Amino acid sequence: MVIERLKEKFGAGILQSSSSLGEDTIVIDRAQAPEIFRTLHEDGDFAFEFLIDVTAVDWPERTPRFDIVYQLKSLSRNLRLRVKIRVGAGDDAWVSSAHPFWKSADWLERECFDMFGIQFRGHPDLRRILLYDTFVGHPLRKDYPYQKRQPIVPEIDPITKPLRPTK
Amino acid sequence: MPLPTRWSQKIEASDPTDEIMELQMGPSHPAAHGTIKFNLKLDGERVADCDVEVGYLHRAFEKMCEQGTWTQCFPYTDRLNYASPCINNVGFALAVEKLLGIEAPERAKYLRVIMSEVSRITDHLTCLGMAASEVGAVTVAFLMIEGREMLYDLVEAVTGARLTVTWCRVGGVAHDLPDGFKERVGIALRHIDELLVDCDKLLSRNRVFIDRMSGVGTLPQKDVISYGLTGPLLRASGVAYDVRKADPYLVYDRFNFDIVTGERGDNYDRFNVRFHEMAESQKIIAQAMDDLPDGPVMIGDPKIALPPKERVYNSIEGLMNHFKLIMEGIKVPPGETYSAVEGANGELGFYVVSDGSGRPYRVRVRPPCFLAMGALNKMLIGHMIPDIITTFGMINMIGGECDR
Repeated sequence: MVIERLKEKFGAGILQSSSSLGEDTIVIDRAQAPEIFRTLHEDGDFAFEFLIDVTAVDWPERTPRFDIVYQLKSLSRNLRLRVKIRVGAGDDAWVSSAHPFWKSADWLERECFDMFGIQFRGHPDLRRILLYDTFVGHPLRKDYPYQKRQPIVPEIDPITKPLRPTK
Repeated sequence: MPLPTRWSQKIEASDPTDEIMELQMGPSHPAAHGTIKFNLKLDGERVADCDVEVGYLHRAFEKMCEQGTWTQCFPYTDRLNYASPCINNVGFALAVEKLLGIEAPERAKYLRVIMSEVSRITDHLTCLGMAASEVGAVTVAFLMIEGREMLYDLVEAVTGARLTVTWCRVGGVAHDLPDGFKERVGIALRHIDELLVDCDKLLSRNRVFIDRMSGVGTLPQKDVISYGLTGPLLRASGVAYDVRKADPYLVYDRFNFDIVTGERGDNYDRFNVRFHEMAESQKIIAQAMDDLPDGPVMIGDPKIALPPKERVYNSIEGLMNHFKLIMEGIKVPPGETYSAVEGANGELGFYVVSDGSGRPYRVRVRPPCFLAMGALNKMLIGHMIPDIITTFGMINMIGGECDR
């Protein structure tokens, strides 16, 4: 039902949709993502107050390479929706931040950037979160070997040179 | 409360009392039970800004899950929220079962409910006991740890371990209940009731406790939702959202229990929500023990369940079956699913993707306290340094789950 109404509203902005295992999934166009997120968040017909999760899935053999996966939850209507945006590798791995609509996007997108190297444009403070700033690479990408070692980081005096410059 | 404008700018004042001081608290601070660092900006003893640094306990949970079979992920899930490991086990098992399109046998479902609720009580006892001791009520901490130990003994009797339980399997659970479990759980819960009455007497009219907790760390309902907080933190703000009621999983829809909510969303309400939730969990355990059906605790499908050891040692078919399941893993059909359970700290979700091989393509856990830590900055600004400890205690950040 949500999918049909979204299709009416955005037409070509909804690239694919499916409902398997009782879960609604839509794949949306990256360019229209902010508009669709705004509608999902603010329009009373949808009212997805919660951004439950943001993550990505890496498909190295596929073009575009990454799925960015958003899990939404509506409290008032008790609905769930999964939104996906497909983005390519390299410089094409970017998407607009969902932070203007849901504040939970702040940390979730930072983690996604940390683990996959996805750029979230418009994010207020896109830094690594679980790993340290001098970490090389993005570990949840499939081409990152799970036994890879990291270079030893020289000790930095935290008083004279803060490890993490704050915003 | 309007905040002084100078908090947003760094001041190089000639008078040191005007200066905004930077202080790094942690990552191993004796009063903060967790490895976490607060990069604070302080105006006197008030928090002007707080940059929360997490990740000190990062163990690459999601990457490691991709390296083994589906069954081999269970030990990793134990180590997420190690104060309530059974719930993590159940959450992951449900996600994989959803992809497989199977359901655990009826008795296994009841056992999962019982152990989930026992774990929820141990988690709340840990959180509340520690939080009380941090504001000086060490007696409460010892009373609660006494109760928790009784439940850990039960968990050990069922699963063989206190924390690293690895008790669920895809399609059921590893062990049935030991003899006399019903009596033992009854004795334990009655004793915990007595302990909680004592705790209540020590705290509910205690001036020091109320002053330290009430009105501290408050978040308006709008922000709580926007920051994605779930579980006791959300319910303390008056939103009656509980995954067990909203999307009932297992057999939760068969039991009578209430959602405990608060009003103001401060630390005092968060404490009370957790405190009264334990009684609801006890109600569920009592009902589930009464209704507990007989039957197997593991499904019989040889493509999913390991064969009994007698068959492995005495027949070539059993040996091959065992070998294939161990070496190649359960063949989960390609697809993806998100499955959520109500963890002790909130909605614990597993987003799993399978490519049809015996190994997970992607396992993503949605950790409730990671989201709560993201809102900590907002909760703390304007409060005092000692309030960091109580607010952090009420978030109940568990490093294993937050940092994975």
